[in-house]
Amino acid sequence: MLEESFQEQIDAERKIEPKDWMPDDYRKHLIRQMSQHAHSEVIGMQPEGNWITRAPSLRAKMILLAKVQDEAGHGLYLYSATETLGISREELVQQLHEEKAKYSSIFNYPTLSWADMGAIGWLVDGAAIVNQVSLQRTSYGPYSRAMVKICKEESFHQRQGYEIMAEMAKGTAEQKEMAQDALNRFWWPSIMMFGPQDSDSPRTGNAMKWKIKRQTNDELRQSFIDKTVGQAEVIGLTIPDPDLKWNEDRGHYDFGEMNWEEFWSVVNGNGPCNKQRLAHHKKAHDDGEWVRNAAKEYARKQELLLN
Amino acid sequence: MAENETVWEVFIQSKNGLAHKHVGNVHAADKVMALENARELYTRRNEGSCIWVVKASEIVSSETEDSEAFFDPSNDKMYRHPTFYNMPEGSKHI
Amino acid sequence: MSNLFKYTLRIADSSLVLGQRMSEWCSKGPTLEEDIALSNIALDLFGQANGFYEYAAELDGSRSKDDLAFKRNEREFFNHQLSEQENGNFGTTTVRNFLHDAFNFLFYTELASSKDEILAALAAKSLKEVKYHLRHSSNWLIRLGDGTNESNLKVQEALDFLWQYTGELFEMDEVDNDMLDNGLGVDNIQLKIKWDELINNTLKKAKLKRPIDGYMATGSRKGIHTEYLGFLLAEMQFLPRAYPDAKW
Ligand SMILES: [Fe+2]
Ligand SMILES: [Fe+2]
Repeated sequence: MLEESFQEQIDAERKIEPKDWMPDDYRKHLIRQMSQHAHSEVIGMQPEGNWITRAPSLRAKMILLAKVQDEAGHGLYLYSATETLGISREELVQQLHEEKAKYSSIFNYPTLSWADMGAIGWLVDGAAIVNQVSLQRTSYGPYSRAMVKICKEESFHQRQGYEIMAEMAKGTAEQKEMAQDALNRFWWPSIMMFGPQDSDSPRTGNAMKWKIKRQTNDELRQSFIDKTVGQAEVIGLTIPDPDLKWNEDRGHYDFGEMNWEEFWSVVNGNGPCNKQRLAHHKKAHDDGEWVRNAAKEYARKQELLLN
Repeated sequence: MAENETVWEVFIQSKNGLAHKHVGNVHAADKVMALENARELYTRRNEGSCIWVVKASEIVSSETEDSEAFFDPSNDKMYRHPTFYNMPEGSKHI
Repeated sequence: MSNLFKYTLRIADSSLVLGQRMSEWCSKGPTLEEDIALSNIALDLFGQANGFYEYAAELDGSRSKDDLAFKRNEREFFNHQLSEQENGNFGTTTVRNFLHDAFNFLFYTELASSKDEILAALAAKSLKEVKYHLRHSSNWLIRLGDGTNESNLKVQEALDFLWQYTGELFEMDEVDNDMLDNGLGVDNIQLKIKWDELINNTLKKAKLKRPIDGYMATGSRKGIHTEYLGFLLAEMQFLPRAYPDAKW
């Protein structure tokens, strides 16, 4: 009965709000997806953070720092939205530290040159934006509102990355080489950010029925590839996929096989930076403990003074 | 080990003349910090002219179960809306 | 090189170096909210550096603002030694910034009425930002000083260590004197009185003891630094130095 009227609400495109009744699995699915999303924003600060102190101009420094700072903000918007489901941010962070919650695998790859800042902004943010634009229409109100805010802020992220790539691609021979190398390393992990193919994606069914997800992994991936191919051409870089070609009948690009073995191995903890990323996050958390305690103690004393 | 920090709901007035709008929350130990955290997070792009922060625990919300009792009774009181009334043809500025 | 150029460059250097330190915090803050706050401060400082370097480059005539930031060596940097001190723990950063913010607040207040219109405008813009920085660092100093025993010890220790770098903030050399005499620069010695007052008030609220003046480091006006600056610059300047022909 409740379940029926819940589904009616969803089908009528009315948003679900925190106090509304919702099936347990809906709540669980949301907590998993939203917290994974939040953790990705926050862990995603690290690969780019790796180059903030080495950005090559004053302008580049400010742009990159503002961009990475935005990701911290996105993390907070999403934690804030997830908390409306009755779970605290502390619990969510604990799940991350205990490796019960995941974050996007793309951030387990190292950033080895300045061109990687270009590749990440252009491809990784580009892929994230395709996903997030779609999620603006998600059925859960707080998630949808967070996505609207995030999408507004994302608009400069992809552009700043593409600008870096474009500059380097038309720069010195060494710069062009760095740009192509970055594209080579980040292309496949970027298109795998959309997750497994629909045929291997068991949870998609409910997520689509409940309109948590509005488009399938394969649809989103295709739309990202279709957008990006032309952008690579414009700046004279080559996407590292020999099977990539326009398919007149489908009206889409065909593309090669993704390496799912590597994908799952990185998801399951065996990527180049998995340990490092988590250790970095834990260390910051642990190093901050005395600060958080002090602030709490100070607040407690102040309250005593008032009463 | 969950150290429950205080959650504050944040309301931003984007410019004078507009109402404050709920934008999300921040965690903070005290109200000064709550206000500063809200400023750092929610007004990075010049979005604000005034910020309110309220302890989340102090907010009282109506419940979905009560929504019929709360909100449906006003449904049939169309006389509260100006379009309910028939104005004589030719009358203006009313 | 004119004194106006040197003077402008010094301010730019302190902003850049402190900004660089603050940007090292990104993704390491004690809370996610504070992480964002620290980045905001770094961004303000980079913005200030950008403005002052732009003016310095214009006065210089041959080098760009990025040349000034990325192609000078340690001995050619004139930032306060306080600004290059390592971040340490969050308490060290709070104390370092508090001491510097208090100085900057007073300094920019004065510089905003410089007869040089551009310096005055840059100072007025910076002042708005620094007011907020001072508020932020003071509030944290009070929280940490009057928080737990552990936090009080940590910030007291940082204060005792960093105190030696506060002396040179108030020095005057021939550049400062010339700028002051022409109504362009600030009388740093005069600032000391207000600075003492500001510091004493906040330390009292924070339940911290003001260190006794002892050895005071000096020399940044002549390009003398602590050993930390070389590493900071090596990291910051790596790309433009390694690829001198590249544009970014
Ligand atoms: Fe983001
Ligand atoms: Fe982004």
